[in-house]
Amino acid sequence: MKIGALKEKAKNERRVAMTPTSASQIIKLGHECFIEENAGITSGFSNQDYINSGVIVLKEEKSLCKEVDVLIKVQPPTIDEIELLNKNKTLISFFYPGQSESLLSLINKQGVRVVAMDMVPRISRAQKMDALSSMANIAGYRAVIEASSNYGKFFTGQVTAAGKIPPAKVLVIGAGVAGLAAIGAATSLGAQVYAFDVRPEVAEQIESMGAEFVFLDFTESQIDGAQAGGYASPSSPEFREKQLEKFTELAPTIDIVISTALIPGRDAPKLWLKDMVSSMKTGSVVVDLAAERGGNCELTVPDKKILSDNGVTIIGFTDFPSRMAAQSSELYSTNVRHMLSDLSPEKDGQINHDMNDDVIRGATICYDGEITFPPPAPKIRAIATQKIKPVEKTKEELETEKATALAKSGKQQTYVLVFGSVLMLLIGAYAPISFMQHFIVFALSCFVGFQVIWNVSHSLHTPLMAVTNAISGIIILGALLQMGSSNIIITILASISVLIATINIVGGFMVTRRMLQMFQKS
Amino acid sequence: MGTGILSAAYIAASILFILSLGGLSNQEKAKRAVWYGIFGMLIAVTAIIIFGPGFTTLSYVLLVPLLAIGALIGKTVAQRVEMTEMPQLVAALHSFVGLAAVFIGLNAALQISGMDDQHYKLTNAELLIHKIEIFLGVFIGAITFTGSILAYAKLAGKIDGKALILPGRHILNGLAVFFSFMLLIMYINSSELWTLYLMLLIAFILGAHLVAAIGGADMPVVVSMLNSYSGWAAAATGFLLGNDLLIVTGALVGSSGAILSYIMCKAMNRHFIAVILGGFGNNSGPAMDIEGEQIAIDSAGVASALEDADTVVIVPGYGMAVAQAQQSVAELTRRLIASGTKVRFGIHPVAGRLPGHMNVLLAEARVPYDIVLEMDEINDDLSNTDVVIVIGSNDIVNPAAQDDPNSPIAGMPVLEVWKARQVFVSKRGQGTGYSGIENPLFFKENTRMFYGDAKTSIDQLLTIVT
Repeated sequence: MKIGALKEKAKNERRVAMTPTSASQIIKLGHECFIEENAGITSGFSNQDYINSGVIVLKEEKSLCKEVDVLIKVQPPTIDEIELLNKNKTLISFFYPGQSESLLSLINKQGVRVVAMDMVPRISRAQKMDALSSMANIAGYRAVIEASSNYGKFFTGQVTAAGKIPPAKVLVIGAGVAGLAAIGAATSLGAQVYAFDVRPEVAEQIESMGAEFVFLDFTESQIDGAQAGGYASPSSPEFREKQLEKFTELAPTIDIVISTALIPGRDAPKLWLKDMVSSMKTGSVVVDLAAERGGNCELTVPDKKILSDNGVTIIGFTDFPSRMAAQSSELYSTNVRHMLSDLSPEKDGQINHDMNDDVIRGATICYDGEITFPPPAPKIRAIATQKIKPVEKTKEELETEKATALAKSGKQQTYVLVFGSVLMLLIGAYAPISFMQHFIVFALSCFVGFQVIWNVSHSLHTPLMAVTNAISGIIILGALLQMGSSNIIITILASISVLIATINIVGGFMVTRRMLQMFQKS
Repeated sequence: MGTGILSAAYIAASILFILSLGGLSNQEKAKRAVWYGIFGMLIAVTAIIIFGPGFTTLSYVLLVPLLAIGALIGKTVAQRVEMTEMPQLVAALHSFVGLAAVFIGLNAALQISGMDDQHYKLTNAELLIHKIEIFLGVFIGAITFTGSILAYAKLAGKIDGKALILPGRHILNGLAVFFSFMLLIMYINSSELWTLYLMLLIAFILGAHLVAAIGGADMPVVVSMLNSYSGWAAAATGFLLGNDLLIVTGALVGSSGAILSYIMCKAMNRHFIAVILGGFGNNSGPAMDIEGEQIAIDSAGVASALEDADTVVIVPGYGMAVAQAQQSVAELTRRLIASGTKVRFGIHPVAGRLPGHMNVLLAEARVPYDIVLEMDEINDDLSNTDVVIVIGSNDIVNPAAQDDPNSPIAGMPVLEVWKARQVFVSKRGQGTGYSGIENPLFFKENTRMFYGDAKTSIDQLLTIVT
């Protein structure tokens, strides 16, 4: 099949859906690759780079659309582009079908099969195609970089000859992929990072990235994040109240706010209000990653950087991934490439659009003239449901448990001892004295054996077996005593026994020595 | 005078044997401990040759070549054996003890059948006990002998290692024990030797069948169980000869094997009886569904992760022994340590086919023993570990043991490697391996599969890691 990438038309869009690296991987799947001239320039890939990777560069958008079977893009198609497509063609790009219904019905009329990269279900098998996550990762990182370039001070704390510099305090609101990436970037710059999320189960992830979880004293049971596919769900008014109260308390001490709070299919919740901005120090920065959906900050203007009355910079850019086009193109094209390799499982250059596959089904929004959005609920949950934590036992409970266990084992031991003594008495009553004398030796040796062997180190169990092998060769004594018999059969059998017991003794001891010599301390 | 000196020699030998076993509590003392054992043996054997009753010129003439040949064979075997072949060697040596016990028991039976009762100066009760002793000695010896032969064949790969499950095998075993008991009563009443021979045959079959029904990962228990049996066989021989040194040594070895079996069973969360009766895996319900996929990685990926890691834990299993990869693993360890990485080994008690097998293999490859840790010592540290490499082990790192109550290995203590930041599993292919249990570890997000023969894989790493 022929796969082609278009040059992006949207304003401020520097990404490209195919890089020379991804192209060579796609070619390995048996496909042919095409690209519109200069499509990669803004991401730092020249036409020659593509040609070197075996991609055919076409001048005209029109001829490219005509030529290829699968069109790959970053941004949703424009109306002009849709007109160039027809049935038998597949489009792979971001689409946001939930927010652009008119576009969806338009492209559906053309009979195009559309795979929306933003609709890839969040299951572990599909992570390699999860373009939203890879873009969010970049956005989170870039948000910190933007914040730092607009913040007039160091992020890291230093003690210099010229004085002491405290570290910047960063608050990250919303610990999704972008939030976690922001935490990671900010902590590696040396800032002191706090993070907040309505899903209490992410506290562990936040702490693992080196930030401090802002704990809210609120006991209402939150909706299990797992049910919402790992995304946040709207919170109750009381909860929001408590949350805003906490933010108001924090605002004067925070230098950088990076807000990433989004709820799927809704406008961004307003979490950083006017009065919080006004209580921040002059020179502070707010980076609003939710600007596209209205922003988490009340003052955010989408696509603009503004300065508040008290000198707080509020950044509302919506093109963070595109600002790092080389990196984001690389990741996005890899996501697309993985999608293509799932679409051509035989690696024979044929597309098999399998609507029974959970991932492909979920991402496909138009299929042969039919709108297949929204997809049915996936069979597998995105993440495991929260486990109910076992109630921690108190110290007293543990101690009583221990005591009962001890008492129980003590009781058992008593029973065994009583039973054993009775058995001994019975044997003693009937067995001849000569037997009992040997029996005493036997019982004591078993006892000594048990005491001694428990102390043997685990790592020396193999030498232990070898050495017991050797000493059980003591059976040679029996054979030696019988060798002098006048019965020839007895002598022969005893002789054989002497021979094999000797092998045991010598072999056992020597191999033990050999093994023990190998154990060396570092 | 002779008997007195003989008794003194026995006491000395007993004490030396106990010291020898006790000395194995740590690696440094252990080297001395073997000498205790050797001296004990020398004292006992020399004393009995000089002062023992009933030696004739013929026996002295026979003795010299027998001892010489035996010693030569023993020495050759001990020097030639590969450390990976230790389980086979141990099993083979057990069979010798069993066979010797059988012969000595038969001899004792021949002796009493050749004399009338008065001549043997035994009271009736003593004779009864003596006959039971003979019978038991032969019985245990015979089971040990064929059981060990079969274990040897399985471990050496001469026969299929899988468990042989005959229909109604418990009934077969029960019948064998029952008939042996009937034969014992007949032997006591009649002193007829054929009863003894018939029992010997039954015991031979029983021993082979018992071990045949146990396979795979249960082999360490089998070997330590046979170790125990060989001890009890020696003790029974001691009873029938009235020799206290044999009783002491047999009891020591017997209890040692019993404890090893107990430790192994505990480490697999299985009941000793269940292991002995054989067979494996009666699922109590459907296994949990596993989601995700096994993601492969190449040597370059593993190498770069290793170079970035500060702490590495290696979990070896039987696969490492099969592939003879211990030298390569040791070389990798040395290089990582040299570049400042903290490398440790996590050993599960039942890793390999013999208790402590992995420790010996690593020691052979000159891995210092103080970085080779037990499961309990390392489990808590795994969550702070950057990279875990699992080489040729499967069940002992299976999270299903903790998560899935329906798993055949539910409740077995396992190394919690999935808590580490990154896990690499060196494995031949995608199969489920020996036990046939699916391992959810391979599907975890932080797990990458490093397919290929263990030795080849590690050697590839060695070309990259410097």
